[in-house]
Amino acid sequence: MSVALAEPAVVAAVADPHVRLTGVTRVFSRRGSTESVHALGPIDLDLMRGEFFSVVGPSGCGKSTLLDVLAGLAKPTEGTAEFEGRPIDGVPAGVGVVFQEDASFPWLTVEDNVAFGLRRAGVDPAEIARRVDYAIGFVGLRGFVDAYPAQLSGGMRQRVCIARTLVTQPRLILLDEPFGALDQQTRLLMGDELLRLWRETAATVLLITHALDEAAMLSDRVGVMSARPGVFIDIVETGWDAERDSRIVSHPRFGDLTGHLWEKLRTESLKHLRDG
Amino acid sequence: MKSAIGSAAVLLVLMLFWQGLHLAVANSSLPSPVTTLVQLVALFGDPDFWKQTSQTAQAFGAAVVLSTVGGIALGVLLGMNRTAGSVSEPILVNLYSLPKVTLYPVVLLVFGLGISARIAFGVMHGMIPLTLFTMNAILQMKPVYRRSAAVMGLSPWQTSVTVVLPAILPEVITGARLGVSLCLLGVLIGEMFAARNGLGYMVMHAMERGDMATVLAVALLLAIFALLVNSALLALDRAWRH
Amino acid sequence: MGRPSFETRPAAAPQDEAERVANHGSQPMTRAGWIRLLVIAAAVAVLEIACRVGWIPVTVVIPPSAMATSLYDIIASGTHWNDILVSLRSVVAAAVIAVLLGFLVGAVIHAFPVVRGAVEPLLASYYAVPTFMFYPVFIILFGVGSGAIIAIAVLLAIVAMISATLTGLDRIPTVLGKTARIMRLGPVERAFRISLPAAMPYLFTGVKLAVAYAFIGVIASEFILSGAGMGYAIAYAYNNFNNREMYGLMLLIVLVVTVVNTALDTVDRRLQARLRR
Ligand SMILES: Nc1ncnc2c1ncn2[C@@H]1O[C@H](COP(=O)(O)OP(=O)(O)OP(=O)(O)O)[C@@H](O)[C@H]1O
Ligand SMILES: [Mg+2]
Repeated sequence: MSVALAEPAVVAAVADPHVRLTGVTRVFSRRGSTESVHALGPIDLDLMRGEFFSVVGPSGCGKSTLLDVLAGLAKPTEGTAEFEGRPIDGVPAGVGVVFQEDASFPWLTVEDNVAFGLRRAGVDPAEIARRVDYAIGFVGLRGFVDAYPAQLSGGMRQRVCIARTLVTQPRLILLDEPFGALDQQTRLLMGDELLRLWRETAATVLLITHALDEAAMLSDRVGVMSARPGVFIDIVETGWDAERDSRIVSHPRFGDLTGHLWEKLRTESLKHLRDG
Repeated sequence: MKSAIGSAAVLLVLMLFWQGLHLAVANSSLPSPVTTLVQLVALFGDPDFWKQTSQTAQAFGAAVVLSTVGGIALGVLLGMNRTAGSVSEPILVNLYSLPKVTLYPVVLLVFGLGISARIAFGVMHGMIPLTLFTMNAILQMKPVYRRSAAVMGLSPWQTSVTVVLPAILPEVITGARLGVSLCLLGVLIGEMFAARNGLGYMVMHAMERGDMATVLAVALLLAIFALLVNSALLALDRAWRH
Repeated sequence: MGRPSFETRPAAAPQDEAERVANHGSQPMTRAGWIRLLVIAAAVAVLEIACRVGWIPVTVVIPPSAMATSLYDIIASGTHWNDILVSLRSVVAAAVIAVLLGFLVGAVIHAFPVVRGAVEPLLASYYAVPTFMFYPVFIILFGVGSGAIIAIAVLLAIVAMISATLTGLDRIPTVLGKTARIMRLGPVERAFRISLPAAMPYLFTGVKLAVAYAFIGVIASEFILSGAGMGYAIAYAYNNFNNREMYGLMLLIVLVVTVVNTALDTVDRRLQARLRR
């Protein structure tokens, strides 16, 4: 690939980010009360096409609120959010979300859960079968195709949701603590799989996590949020190349990276603890 | 407070609906709310009405006391043992949803035609929910409560009074709420069938005479009574839960 | 009586994952189930002996075996088919009306929080009202016959369904609503593909209770007030000192209601198991 051919693409990407947030703020006002909660912002953030971006921050700082804005589920009180050059108004096509809470459909089997979106879209059955099988294999639930969510553990249900999101091949994947219910080992392995998938699909990923090592290992950039109202107090470039996997945890720079993240977060987390 | 205004509004709408029905029904065999209230006031001056009321009150009172004591005792007994609980639960649930009127003739054959049959029938209705709720409350009590009590060195008696009782009380009150209403229903059904006493009989008798004003007056009175008792127990229920 | 009280039925003791998987599908009879069967069999046997020996006079209770033969005769001779049909038709009509109307009313109340705030406290106490007393009103409105009886049964059953609908719609997890939006479902698709199945376990509890109350309402109304149906047949047999037929009919009702309730309960438990998280 010649440099000359690659050049214009890069220029276009810089000028035209996949996601652009400008001054995004969200304030919750309680009905019948003058009290309001300033949950988020102002946030300025550009996500490049194909970038893997993680958000870490103390509990209650507005991470899920940020995700709601990006997914088009909530309108920012102030500021603007754009996806693929268009303002986000309602849920845009091409966005997939894995929520913090268990969102598997308890009345459907694992297979039907994963196939739900594709069947609606009227995709060819053979294609559905192929993609569903791949996604279920990806999250390691091949042995549970016919099980119902109530028969699965919390972590397994979350993996059903991940598979259900992946089969629709979104261009922007939003993940809200998807590995929260997993043990550390599975979490690292799922991280590897996620990286592989990200490389394959070239999707833009925004991952919310409370695990600093996970953020440091998976991301191109990590945004560190302050206590509520959440704003980015630091955005760290990890500098890993795209072919990374979980073995980089033994890389000397990995420790520095997580150390740096914790340094930034410590004071903020303490604030959260004190204020309740 | 706000919900009380709302509920009052709903009751007003129901009254208007009733009045509408009264106007809509041909040559109005259906008394209006006002006629019914006038009849109710007239009943208050009628010694026979008070005689019937006291009959119903006696049967209802006895049925409530018996089903409360019996229901809680049986519930505690069954709740003590997990096997006894899981054996009896479906039976009790089935008994609850059985149309118990079909069994009323048995009660009459056993107890005769007097007040005791109506009391027994009231107990049959009222005891089951109390037993069920008490039993389940005990079965579901967190084992850690009892273990903590043991660690704190409480005697079995102290444990029952200071730990078990407060833990199950809200459920027992919920059961009592259902039980009391069903007691009233049982007693009234008893009086409506093969009796010569009580408000249920009075309503049946008025029905036969075509005296709709009396039927509705008594029905309204009983409905209001039932709503008041239930609301009082509901308030108690809520108070205990927090 | 319309309180959906057994919606709060205890979920079974927490089970581990393997057991949960194993328990899916047809369940073998549990130990408690066997004991229950034994207890019932023993009770029947004791009653049989007590009647046969004469501890209980036959003028009061006839032996269970005699009840069974009486039931057999009733079915074989066909004398009561008409009563049975009348009752079952009323029960089905009442249950269907109560379920559909109850769901509709529940959904509407749910959509208007102001109305809900006003109606809900009344719902909690409504079942305490002795509905049967209003029978003459329904006679005036619907005439003598099944109409008035069905109306009473609906009145008794509908609140269970309304309450169940409110609970069911309340308990749809917000995250499922968000998921529906992410999947860009339209309102109709969302209602049928997400809201309804998500609320179904609660709705079905309402259905189960509505059917039970429909039985109670129909049979009791027939018993006290009407001139047809199984309830009436029992009252008639009682009034004519025909104990044998009376007990046969009682057994019939107890069996029918038990079978129907148990079947609904089995489905209910299956649906509830979905919620055990
Ligand atoms: N619907 C709402 N109404 C009022 N306040 C809300 C609402 N949703 C969230 N908040 C508040 O906004 C703040 C941010 O919430 P958010 O869920 O975004 O936090 P979070 O960073 O995702 O926390 P966690 O790490 O615990 O998931 C919290 O203080 C929360 O109480
Ligand atoms: Mg969150």
